[in-house]
Amino acid sequence: MTAAVLFENVSRHFGAVRAVDAVDLAVAEGEFFAMLGPSGSGKTTCLRLMAGFEQPTAGHIEIFGETAEGVPPYRRSVNTVFQDYALFPHLSILDNVAYGLMVKGVAREERRKAAEDALAMVKLPGYGVRRPGQLSGGQRQRVALARALVNKPKVLLLDEPLGALDLKLREQMQEELKSLQKSLGITFVFVTHDQGEALSMADRIAVFNDGRIQQLGTPEEVYKQPRTRFVADFVGSSNILPPEFVAQLGAAPQFASLRPEAISLGQSGNGRLVLDGTVLSRSFLGAANRVLVNVNGTRINVMSPAAALIPAEGDPVKLSFDRTDLHLMEAAS
Amino acid sequence: MRSDKFTSAPLGLKLAAAGGLLFLHLPLLLIFLYAFTTEEKSYQFPPPGLTLKWFAVTWERADVWQALWLSVRVASISTMIALVLGTLCAAAVSQTRFFGRETISLLVILPIALPGIITGIALRSAFSLADIPFSFWTIVLGHATFCIVVVYNNAVARFRRVSGSLMEASMDLGANGFQTFRYIILPNIGTALLAGGMLAFALSFDEVIVTTFTGGQQSTLPIWMLQELIRPRQRPVTNVVAMVVVIVTFLPILGAYYLTRDGDQIAGSGK
Repeated sequence: MTAAVLFENVSRHFGAVRAVDAVDLAVAEGEFFAMLGPSGSGKTTCLRLMAGFEQPTAGHIEIFGETAEGVPPYRRSVNTVFQDYALFPHLSILDNVAYGLMVKGVAREERRKAAEDALAMVKLPGYGVRRPGQLSGGQRQRVALARALVNKPKVLLLDEPLGALDLKLREQMQEELKSLQKSLGITFVFVTHDQGEALSMADRIAVFNDGRIQQLGTPEEVYKQPRTRFVADFVGSSNILPPEFVAQLGAAPQFASLRPEAISLGQSGNGRLVLDGTVLSRSFLGAANRVLVNVNGTRINVMSPAAALIPAEGDPVKLSFDRTDLHLMEAAS
Repeated sequence: MRSDKFTSAPLGLKLAAAGGLLFLHLPLLLIFLYAFTTEEKSYQFPPPGLTLKWFAVTWERADVWQALWLSVRVASISTMIALVLGTLCAAAVSQTRFFGRETISLLVILPIALPGIITGIALRSAFSLADIPFSFWTIVLGHATFCIVVVYNNAVARFRRVSGSLMEASMDLGANGFQTFRYIILPNIGTALLAGGMLAFALSFDEVIVTTFTGGQQSTLPIWMLQELIRPRQRPVTNVVAMVVVIVTFLPILGAYYLTRDGDQIAGSGK
């Protein structure tokens, strides 16, 4: 099957800055693909390379098997939902949504109907007569989505679309985006710095740092088997154990990641590894307690269920975890 | 927001302000008054009598019409050149980053900061060095130098408020460069261009200094008036023309003022 978006050794340098450095990726058709990373990691530049706002310094890009280099944004079958939504302030909501059809020369009645359908799809029926300035952030976000989808793109690019929304709205939009993507069957490529968002929404995640992909895999793979220290640290929070410490546990002397929720407080048998330490601090998080434990000078975070008995600060404590939860990582970060 | 009662000024300040405004505008009223005087040799106050005959006399004078027509043509063409070049330059400076951007921005604004007499002498020497005879186009070139600044300044301020992602969004939705300009950029900077254009027209219409150096034997309206003041015949005719110039220049400036004021509100809703 042809990939929806294919990057072969793609680089984009701005002077000495390697915004994107030798990136290979293939987004499958119909996939919900997330590009996750801190700001300046190159994920947005990758999105702009797909949209056509940037041209690669080196490498090759294909969109559904067609070479994309040198093809201007207006001749690509991709549409973008911008981070600031970029709604046209001088046009009504209906004209905003119908804009793509208007410049393609679709007849007035037809594009009006398509735009109204698109607005209904994002649950804003009847909002066509308003202006962008009269809408809330969440509503503008939906309009931006409708404006992109009305063109029936083969790939929809979303640049941190939920970044400006408050938590409640963000969770609701996550659900909606996901079900929208399922029902339309369009390939979504999604840029975010929020690992929770990427984990919950994406079929696959590419974790970016310093212009390179650190790891590409399903949310489960990325979370459970982080390939590098950066991934372990950025996706979720993880205990990163130094090689000496890992060697004492009987494993190869490499950096290893150990998820805080994989560790239990207190003794538990069945061949689990056990460590002795003292409680440094504890904090109540609602659903769980976070306990910071000192084990021979290495600080280890433990996520313990709220119901569990938590020892007081300064008390000795035993930690236990399954050997399979100790995940060895590559030497380079 | 401060309420009005706190902004009420003491009487002395009010009188001073009124005095200042009167000083600025009373002389204009005098010009208007002498357009109606019955006495044509000197400006005697109060005028011995009032008459409308100078309007008829002015209407009959071919030299007035020639000067007026030349001024209108020069102002229109200079404004049009300024609109095209000023907009392009503003777009380049505000939308892209390139080497020497700040320098270009400064060089474009320079002609309005330079005394007109310098611009005039410079252009005159340049024209004579290049063996270009004085013509309609030499006047237009002279005026365009400062008209561009006015358009550029208006356009660049508006361009800065039009978010760059609007243009990207337009391209993304399938509009080519021309369509993006027509449907997105122009509606967003239109009022700024109109305001800049009107201001440029008004500036060109009453320009004297640069025209003196680049006009040769031709007389635009302000030059004609200057000559009339030096060698007067039918003095009040000059006043009639002055009245017309004030009105013709004042209306576009008033229009520009209102347009840019409303424009702020339109462009501000883009967030």
